Amino acid sequence: MIMNNAPIKIKTEDLNFFYNKHHALKSIDMEIPAHSVTAIIGPSGCGKSTLLRTFNRMYAIYDNQHATGSIFIDGENILSPHQDLNKLRSQVGMVFQKPTPFPMSIFNNIAFGVSLYEKLSRSQLAERVEWSLKKASLWNEVKHILKRSGLGLSGGQQQRLCIARAIAVRPQIILLDEPTSALDPISTAHIEELMTELKKEYTLCIVTHNMHQAKRIADHTGYMYAGKLVEFDHTEGIFSKPVHPSTQDFISGKI
Amino acid sequence: MISLYTKRRITNTVCLTLAGLMMFIGLACLISILYGLVKNGLSGLSFTLFTLNTQAPGIAGGLKNAMVGSLMILFYALIIGAPIGLLAGTYLAEFGKKSRLAKSIQFANDILLSTPSILIGLFVYEIIVVNAQHFSGWAGAVALAFIVIPIVTRTTEEIFLLVPSALRESAFALGAAKWKVILQVVLRVSRTGVMTGVLLALARISGETAPLLFTALNNQFWSVNMNQPMANLPSVIFQYATSPYADWQQLAWAGALLITACVLGLNIFIRIFFKQKPPLT
Amino acid sequence: MASALQNQTFKFQHALDALFHRTSQLLALGILATVVLIAVLLFHSSLPSLTQFGLNFLTSAEWDPVAERMGGLGPIVGTLVTALLSVAIAIPVSFGIALFITEICPNCLRRILRVLIELLAGIPSIIYGMWGLFILAPVLADPVQPWLIAHFFPNDTPLGIGVMTAAIVLSIMIIPFMASVIQDGFALVPDLLKESAYALGATRWEVIRNVILPYCKSSAIGGVILGLGRALGETMAVAFVIGNSHELFKSLIAPGSTISSVLANEFSEATGKLYSSALSELGLILLGITLLVFLSSKLLFARSRG
Repeated sequence: MIMNNAPIKIKTEDLNFFYNKHHALKSIDMEIPAHSVTAIIGPSGCGKSTLLRTFNRMYAIYDNQHATGSIFIDGENILSPHQDLNKLRSQVGMVFQKPTPFPMSIFNNIAFGVSLYEKLSRSQLAERVEWSLKKASLWNEVKHILKRSGLGLSGGQQQRLCIARAIAVRPQIILLDEPTSALDPISTAHIEELMTELKKEYTLCIVTHNMHQAKRIADHTGYMYAGKLVEFDHTEGIFSKPVHPSTQDFISGKI
Repeated sequence: MISLYTKRRITNTVCLTLAGLMMFIGLACLISILYGLVKNGLSGLSFTLFTLNTQAPGIAGGLKNAMVGSLMILFYALIIGAPIGLLAGTYLAEFGKKSRLAKSIQFANDILLSTPSILIGLFVYEIIVVNAQHFSGWAGAVALAFIVIPIVTRTTEEIFLLVPSALRESAFALGAAKWKVILQVVLRVSRTGVMTGVLLALARISGETAPLLFTALNNQFWSVNMNQPMANLPSVIFQYATSPYADWQQLAWAGALLITACVLGLNIFIRIFFKQKPPLT
Repeated sequence: MASALQNQTFKFQHALDALFHRTSQLLALGILATVVLIAVLLFHSSLPSLTQFGLNFLTSAEWDPVAERMGGLGPIVGTLVTALLSVAIAIPVSFGIALFITEICPNCLRRILRVLIELLAGIPSIIYGMWGLFILAPVLADPVQPWLIAHFFPNDTPLGIGVMTAAIVLSIMIIPFMASVIQDGFALVPDLLKESAYALGATRWEVIRNVILPYCKSSAIGGVILGLGRALGETMAVAFVIGNSHELFKSLIAPGSTISSVLANEFSEATGKLYSSALSELGLILLGITLLVFLSSKLLFARSRG
């Protein structure tokens, strides 16, 4: 399905997921290439967010959810019971649908994640904060108010703060769960630009219900329906020559 | 012959007036209590109230030892009870959640919350006073701590459960350990609510007398030794008010005014600064 | 990318997590243990009295600690009578207050009135006791009780203190709680429902009686049971004004006692094992009554958690 020789960052094999008894993901086999943007699209309830949340095992904080099968990140199966979850999440960052700044200053929002892993001096920390805010295209807007609470920013700014926060710990993969659905068009455009920049250094996987967004920024797209990965290809391929009739129906708005 | 319409109108007016009357009764009681407190207590307020210890009737005395004793007992009760309540509430909200164990603990917490405070006093008497063979300020503090704990546990649990899961998940997504997520994110965002719970518990125990009756007992003399019976304001008020001596009764009123001022002041403070309606259960 | 040092840090964090989990769990379990222990200890200290007096304790009102003949009927009946009486008084008043605040009074007064009534809840019980003894009792002694004696209770003396006084004081204490719970219930009635009734031409009272009150039946009952629970356990307010007589309840105007007032007045001076044991048994009975009320409130008034 992947047409070029890009190395594979994430590979799932026979991935199944259960909310209690409800079978939410059915035998997913998927390969996400490195240094690119991969979008997952599909109708509401098809399991896209569920799939995304297996990549950092976010579901593990809840009691009644579990996954079977394998997910290989750089060759290591992260579903193994020996996998250290905190370590995994230091490698795989996540940005959520609604911006969730911590109740701290902008500076500390970013410092929080960094100080989990690195003992940096005050000046090194400041450097890292500046670096990640610049990467997230937020530096110029907040450089003079770093001590102010993150909650005081606008929605678009808060989301960029969350992206900066995720980048600051230098993960290899960034997962984004409908990151712009709660934002206005201008902020959305900002963040889409950002993602296109970020893929040079990171691997991005984004869940979106907005097909046009997938067309704009994703290199590869996967289409899901009722818990199954129906089709996965280069984005142009999915949208211009979909193989599966279900994909065709979704793209033309019938589903 | 009164028309049906008129009858309905009359019923309406009568019933609404009755409701208004009830409101009036409630307010009248409040005013009567506050007025009585101020009228009788104000004249007892003097410098010596705070500088002299309790004395025998007829000798000029004050409430110094009782006030200091109360402050110490309340302080230790909070120091013991609040952290326990906080951790227990954290367990219920963050670890136990919907498990059967957590549900039984919640149930037990509610029982403890509604247990008559005199029975708590009796309980602490059995476990501390009987074993130590003497009354003590510590026993009093522990008894009050048992009243603080269920209040703080419940308010902490309720506040933590209000924190949106997305916020927690963001912290987990960065790879933070659970204790960090709880202390540095969840607790941080709920700071105000948790404080309110602790202050409410303080307001509640400030007026409690029954649990101190057979734990801290009382002490006529000046003492800051928590290992001995400890003078406390409510017990002194009880003793003085039910005595036949006018000067003692005067001191009782002054003490009552002080306690009420502090408790109501605390309640109003909580309401203004934390904008929270205090839960009454 | 993770170094050995980082791996160690991860392990350490997990250890801290486990510590946090177990510590908080232990303390939470402590609450469960405490409740069980209270019941067990009370039972244990009541044993001498239970074995000595058996069921007679519940049927005899004789209270002679010196001769070691004690029966708890006086305080038990006193507890139930004062609590039930206070609830009976509090119900109409609380309803009236709740109705007034939510449905009748102008909007600007609403918040102030609500706060004022809640202030009543904040006043410590010992203050109520003093108010009852020094301010209410004299008023009852003259002119209220003489009037009542002349018309209803021919053989009593107007002492001012007694069962009636205690019930009145208790009722004022529980009114703010009941009123608050009932108010919350009223607030849940959908506006649309009320408006439909008004649209039909119903008077205010008719809307209240036929729409609002039936809708909040369960929270009203819940509020009543809550008040009952508080009234049963209240000590200081009652101890001041009930008169402390172990005699079985004869009339509203006579002095009486409740379990908590007896404990408050007599426990620290109880000499002799049997005496303290009898008092403990009274405490056990109070615990039982309170638990019963608590359980019925849980059944009828499921509070949502979280």
